[in-house]
Amino acid sequence: MYIMSVVYNRKVELYEMSWVLRDGLRDSLVAAAPYGGPIAVMKESQCLSPSVRPQLDIYTASGVTMATFPWKSGPVVQLGWSVSEELLCVQQDGTVLIYDLTGAFLRHFSMGQEVVQSHVSEAKIFHSPYGTGVAIVTGSSRFTLATNIDDLKLRRLPEVPGLQGAPSCWAVLNQDRQTKVLLANGPELYLLDNTCCTSVVLPGGSPLDGVFVHIAVSFSYKYLALFTDTGHLWTGLANLQDKLSEVDTKIRSPPKQMVWYVVTCRPVCLPTCLSVHLPVCLPTCLYPLDEACVCVGELDGVRLLSPSRHELLQEVPLVCEDIFKIASMGPGALLLEAHKEYQKSSQKADEYLREIKEQGMLGDAVRQCVEAAGHEQHTHTQKALLRAASFGKCFLTNLSPEAFVSVCRDLRVLNAVRDPSIGIPLTHTQLYPLAIEVCVCVCRLVYRRLYPLAIEVCRYLKTPEYQGVSRILRHWACSKVQQKGESDEVMVRCISGRLADSPGISYSHIASKAYDSGRTELAIKLLDYEARSGEQVPLLLKMRRSQLALSKAIESGDTDLVYTVVSYVKNEMNRGDFFMTLRNQPVALSLYRQFCKLQEQETLKDLYNQDDDHQELANYYVSASYREKVQANCYVSASYREKVQANYYVSASYREKVQANYYVSASYRERYWWLKLKSLAEKEEWEELEKFSKSKKSPVGYLPFVEVCMKKSNKYEAKKYVTKVTPEQRVRAHLTIEDVEGAADAAIERRSEAEIGTVISHCSSSSSSSQRLLLDKLQRALTTANRK
Amino acid sequence: MSPHATRRVFTSKGQTDGCSPPLSLIPMAQSIRRDSPELPDFSLLKRLARDQLIYLLEQLPGRKDLFIDADLMSPLDRIANVSTLKQHEVDKLYKVEYKPIVSTSDQLCFLIRPRLQSVKWICDVVNADKAAGKFRRYKLIFTPQKFYACENVLEEQGIFGDVTTDEWGFHLLPLDDDIISLELPEFFRDYFLDGNQRWVRTAGCVLHLLHSLYGPFSKVYGIGRCSKMAYESWREQVEEGEQKGRDGEIGSVFLFDRDVDYVTPMCSQVVYEGLVDDIFRIKCGCVEFGPEVTSSDKSLKVMLNSQDKVFNQIRNEHFSNVFGFLSQKAKNLQTAYDKRCGMDIKQIKTFVSEELKGLKQEHRLLSLHIGASESMMKKKTKQEFQELLKTEHSLLEGFDIRECITFIEEHINRQCSMIESLRLLCLLSLTENGLLSKDYKSMKAQYLQSYGVDHLPTFANLKQLGILVEQPTGETLTAMENKVGKLVNDRAAGKLTDAFSSLAKKSHFRALSRRLNLVPKSDEEYDLRVPKDMAYIFSGAYVPLSCKLIEQVLERDGWTGLEEVTRLLNGQEFAASGCSEADGKARSDTQRTILVMFLGGCTFSEISALRFLGKEKGYKFIIVTTAITNSARLIEALLDNRA
Repeated sequence: MYIMSVVYNRKVELYEMSWVLRDGLRDSLVAAAPYGGPIAVMKESQCLSPSVRPQLDIYTASGVTMATFPWKSGPVVQLGWSVSEELLCVQQDGTVLIYDLTGAFLRHFSMGQEVVQSHVSEAKIFHSPYGTGVAIVTGSSRFTLATNIDDLKLRRLPEVPGLQGAPSCWAVLNQDRQTKVLLANGPELYLLDNTCCTSVVLPGGSPLDGVFVHIAVSFSYKYLALFTDTGHLWTGLANLQDKLSEVDTKIRSPPKQMVWYVVTCRPVCLPTCLSVHLPVCLPTCLYPLDEACVCVGELDGVRLLSPSRHELLQEVPLVCEDIFKIASMGPGALLLEAHKEYQKSSQKADEYLREIKEQGMLGDAVRQCVEAAGHEQHTHTQKALLRAASFGKCFLTNLSPEAFVSVCRDLRVLNAVRDPSIGIPLTHTQLYPLAIEVCVCVCRLVYRRLYPLAIEVCRYLKTPEYQGVSRILRHWACSKVQQKGESDEVMVRCISGRLADSPGISYSHIASKAYDSGRTELAIKLLDYEARSGEQVPLLLKMRRSQLALSKAIESGDTDLVYTVVSYVKNEMNRGDFFMTLRNQPVALSLYRQFCKLQEQETLKDLYNQDDDHQELANYYVSASYREKVQANCYVSASYREKVQANYYVSASYREKVQANYYVSASYRERYWWLKLKSLAEKEEWEELEKFSKSKKSPVGYLPFVEVCMKKSNKYEAKKYVTKVTPEQRVRAHLTIEDVEGAADAAIERRSEAEIGTVISHCSSSSSSSQRLLLDKLQRALTTANRK
Repeated sequence: MSPHATRRVFTSKGQTDGCSPPLSLIPMAQSIRRDSPELPDFSLLKRLARDQLIYLLEQLPGRKDLFIDADLMSPLDRIANVSTLKQHEVDKLYKVEYKPIVSTSDQLCFLIRPRLQSVKWICDVVNADKAAGKFRRYKLIFTPQKFYACENVLEEQGIFGDVTTDEWGFHLLPLDDDIISLELPEFFRDYFLDGNQRWVRTAGCVLHLLHSLYGPFSKVYGIGRCSKMAYESWREQVEEGEQKGRDGEIGSVFLFDRDVDYVTPMCSQVVYEGLVDDIFRIKCGCVEFGPEVTSSDKSLKVMLNSQDKVFNQIRNEHFSNVFGFLSQKAKNLQTAYDKRCGMDIKQIKTFVSEELKGLKQEHRLLSLHIGASESMMKKKTKQEFQELLKTEHSLLEGFDIRECITFIEEHINRQCSMIESLRLLCLLSLTENGLLSKDYKSMKAQYLQSYGVDHLPTFANLKQLGILVEQPTGETLTAMENKVGKLVNDRAAGKLTDAFSSLAKKSHFRALSRRLNLVPKSDEEYDLRVPKDMAYIFSGAYVPLSCKLIEQVLERDGWTGLEEVTRLLNGQEFAASGCSEADGKARSDTQRTILVMFLGGCTFSEISALRFLGKEKGYKFIIVTTAITNSARLIEALLDNRA
C-alpha cells in the first residue's frame, strides 16, 4: 500500500463507483468539484452525430446518480462547478448556463457578444477569493475573464502579439488580488493582465528547449508547473520569481492532464503529471495507473477518477508515516503495538509501554495516534489508533483531552458524510480549510438537500444555532416554497412550525423566494412571521401590496419606513384613493400633513377638504390669509398692539372708532380703559389722565390709575386717585404709594385680619419709632379684630 | 381668610431676617449622604460624540467651511470647541441662516438637524453653485440621524448625486453630572402635537446607547404612549444586538411622557435654577447675564453646573432662601480674606499660593449670583408677581376660581405678557378639567382681541393637546365618545394618533391631587428653609405630579395600588423587568441609581424635586430629557401665529 520514495505517497481507495458508464470516461467532458464535490459527465459533442442529443449526468463522488437529463442547448466546451456547487456549462457561443445539483436550470449569462461569432475554443473555470470565475479564449485568440459569476463583470484582456489560433496551453493565476492569465505560444510565455501583455522569461537559468504543452497551477495559486514536449518539467512559485526545480522526465508523449499535488507541511513541492496512457509521473517515481482516469486537484492530494473506482492519491502525512513505517520505532508506533499486545493479553504490552515511558514520549505518542487517526480513511484503522491513544492516555495524568475529543467528533462527521450513499469524500484537512464559519460538509449537505443529516451534524459539532441550524432551515424553507402542489396554508404551517423558535431566520428572504416562484399569497402569509418590519415593507411594495405595506410600516414605528411607503403610494394611486388610504392610517396622515405644511400647502387644503376637517381647514385659511397680509402690509401682524399704541394719538377719528368699537361690551370697555390709561401714563400726560379719570366711572376701578402712576414713580399724581379707590382695594392702594400709615388706617377701619397682617408685614421691615408706634396700634387692632 | 394666602406669598422677608443661613443649606456643602450612590461617568458620551465627529470631518479631507444649524451651536461647543474643529481643517464656521452663502471654500460641510427646511436651503445653495458653474464638494452631516424624507428632498431637487450624506450619532449631551439632554426641543411639538413619531426611534436609540454603556437595567417603568413605544423600540434593538452580561451602573429606568403632567411645567418656577431659567433662559447649561446682573457694560456667558461651587449650593433652594445664603457666604468670604491681616510673610505666601485663587474664584461667582438674585428680586417681588403666584396656588388648590378668572381676565385686558396670559389660561383649564363653555368663549375672544386674531390656530393646538379645552356639554361628549369608540374598534386601535386620543383625554387634576395628596394641607405654616417634601419647589403649595408618580412607583416597585391613578391618567403605564437578574446585595448600590427619562422635556423644578427626593430616600436620579423646558418654551412650541 505504501510506496517507497523520497516522500511516501499513498493511494487510498475511496469508493467503488456505482455508476454505469457506457464508454468509460473517454471522450467525455468530466468535471468534479473540489472538496469531494459532485461529478458531472457529458459526452463531448464532436464525438456525437449532430442529431443525437448528449446526456448530462450528475453523480456524487461515489457514483450515485443525482440528476440526468438530455442536453438541449448548444455544444458545450467546458463543464465546471462553482464554489456553491452549481454546475456551469460553457457553450461554444459564449453562453454560460448554470444548473443546480438536481439538474434544475438556474440562470445563464453570456461571455460577450463577439464570442457568438468567434466561438469559445477553450474555457477554464477557476476559484478565487472573490468566488468562482470563468475564463475563455476565443477562436480569434482573445481572452475574456469574469472573476465572479455572482457579480458579473466581463473583462476583455488585451491581444497577445503573434498569437494565431489557440495558445498551446494557458492557466489562470491569482496574484496580488488580480486575476491574470499565463499562456504559452509555442516556446514563448506571456502574462496577460487587465491592461497589458508582457512576455515572460522563466527564472533559473537555461531556457527550456521545446514547446510548452502544459501549465498547472496549484490549488492555492502558490506554485506553478510547466511541461514541455521534450519531457522537461519546470516548477516554481506562481509569482514567476523563483524556481524550485527542473527535471527531465524522459516522457516524450505529452501527458493528457497535469495537476498539482502539494502538501504544505513539507518544504518539497511535487507536481504530479497524470496521463491517460502514461503512468503518473513524480520526479522520482512513476506511478502506474491501470485505467484511463481523470484527476481532480484537492487541497491535500489528487483524486483519481476512473470508470470503476475513485481513489485518493496523497502524500502520507508525517504522523502516519511515523506510525506505520516498516520497523518504525516512533512513539506512536510503539503505543499502537503496545495496545495490540494488550488486547492479546500479552505482557509485551508492558515492555513497549515502558520503552515509550523511558523516553518520556508517552504524551507525544498519544498525540501522534490521535492525529494519525484523523488522517486515516478506514474506520478500523481509525478505531485502532484511537483505542491506542485512549490506552496511552490512561498512563498520563495531565493530558488535555481536547484534541482527542475533537478528532473523535470530526471523524464521526467525516465517516457519516463519506458513506457511499452520501458520497462526500472529505479528508480531515479539508474539513476546516480557510476559517469558513461553517464546516464545508454542512454546506455540501445543504446543497444536496440532505437537511436532516446537516442539522444533526451542526448539533453534533455544536455550531452556534444562528450559523448552523438556522441557515439550514432557511435553505430548506427556500427550497420548500419553490415546490408546487401544496396549498399555501399547509406550506405556511409547515414552515412556521419548523422554523418557529430558531434565531436569525429571515422570513422575508423566504417570502421573496416564494414571490420569485410566483406564489404571492404564500409570500404575504410568510411575511406575517417576519419580525422586522423593515424587511417586510420593501417586499410588500414590490408585490404591489401598498395598503398592507403601509400598515406594516406603521406597526414598525419607524417613520422612515412609513414615509417611504407614503411617497411610493402617492405616485402609485390617484389622489382620491391616496387620501382615503391615508385617512385610515392616522400616523401616516400626520406625517404627510407635516410634509405638506413644509412643501405643498395646496395639497394640505385638499386633504382637509377631503376629510371634512373644518377645524383644520379654518386654521389653514387663517394662517394662509395672514401669510398674504404680512407680505402685503404688516398692519395686521403681531405688532398690531404696538401699532395701536403708537397711532393712538395720531388720529382723533381713529380714537373715536376705537371707542365706538370698544364700547360694545363691558370687557371691551375695560380694555379700552386699560389701553388708554396705560398710554397716557406712558406719555406722562398726567392732566389728560386726570381728565380721563373724571370722564366716566372707571370700569376697571381706580387702583390701576394708582399703579400706572407709580410705574412712572409719580407719587404725587398717584395720591390723587387713592381716595377714589374702592374700600376693598384701598389698603393695597396705600401700600402701592408706600403710605404705610394710610394703609394702617384703612386696614383698621375695615377690621380685616388679613389686611392688617399684610400691613404688619410691611411695617416690620423698618425700625423707626413712628413705625413702632404704628405697629403697636396695628397689633391692638388685630387683637380686637380677632376677638370679634 | 385662610392662611394659605399669607404663607406662600413670596416676600422679601427671607432676605432681611435671613442673616443666618437656612438650616437646609448647611449640610448642603456635603450634600451627598452616605447612602446615595455615586453617579456613573457620563463624560464618556461626550468623548464618543467628539471622536465620531472628528472621524466624519476627516472623511472630507482638506480645508472646508462648516455650516452649523443655529440650535446646534451651543451643544457643539460643549463637544468640540473651535480650536478642535480648526485642527481638523475646518476653515470658517457659519451659522445656517437660510440665506445665500458667501463662502469661498471649495468644500462645504453642513452639520444640521434632519429638517426639511435646512435641506431645502442646501439644495438652493448647491443649485445656485451649479448655475454659476462653480464646482464644490458638499457633505451633509445629519445629527442625530438622517431621515428618509430629507434624502427624498435631495432627490426631488436633483442634487442627490452631488452631495454625500452622513449621520453623526450625537444623541446625548451631558449637561451636568446628573442631567443628560437630547437637545431636541422639537420632540415635544413633533410628537405630541403633530403626531409625528419620527423621534420615537431616536428615544429608543438613546436607551440602547445608555444600556450598552451603563446597563443592564434591572427594571423599566413607564407611563405614556410615547414611553411605551420608545421602550419597545429599545427592546427590539437589544434583541437584534448581542447581549453581554456585566454589572450595570444603573438600576431602574423610568420613562415619562410629558403629556401625563402638563400642570407642573405650567407653574411659575421659584427654585433658584428654575427661576434663572424662567428669567434669563438657560441654554444648553449656559446662561447669558446681561449688564444689569454683571454690573458692568458687558454681558457675560456663564456655565451653570455643579462645577460652580456657589451655584451648586443654591440651585435647588427656594428663592426666598437664596439671598440669605449668599449674604452669609459673602461674610464667610470676607472672614477668609481677613485672615491675612495677622499673618507673617511666610503665611501670606502660602495663603496667596493656596487659598487666594480659590477665594477669588468664589468671589467672582458670588458677586455674579448676587447680581442675578438682585435682578430677579426686582422682577419677582413686585406686587404683580405675588398676585400671580397667589392665583396659581389658588388654581392648584381649586380655591376661589371665580376670583382667579377675574385676575386672568384683567391680565389679558391689561395686555401683560402674551405667553403669561396663555399660561394662566392653560393652568386654569388643566386644573379645572376644562373651562365652562361660556368662560372659554369669552376668554378666548378677549385673548384674541388683546393679542391678535393670529393666535386662533394656537388655540386649536392647545385644544388638540387637551391643555386648554372647553368642558364638553352632555351632547357633544357622547358624540365624541361615539367617534372615539368607532376608532377604537378599528384594527389599528392601539396605533391611534394622539390627535385622536387627546379628544378623549381629560385632565382629572382635581381627583389626582386628592388621591396623591399633591396639595399639602394648608393649615400649617410651611417652612421653606427646612423642606419636608417636594412641595417646597412650589413654595409648599404643590407636589409636582410627575415626581410624585416616580416616588410612588419606586416605593411600590411597580404600579400596583396605583390603578385608580393610572386610570385617571389614561392608562398606558407599564413595568418590565430588565434583562439582568438583580443579584442581591452586591449591586444594591447601583439599584438605587435611577434613570428618569422625560419624553417631551422637563423643568429645572422637577429636577430639583427629584434631587430632593433622592436625598431623602437615598436614591440617585439621573435625568435624561429630550430638552430642558419651562412654561414659556412649552407654550412657544405650540404657538402657531408665525405662519
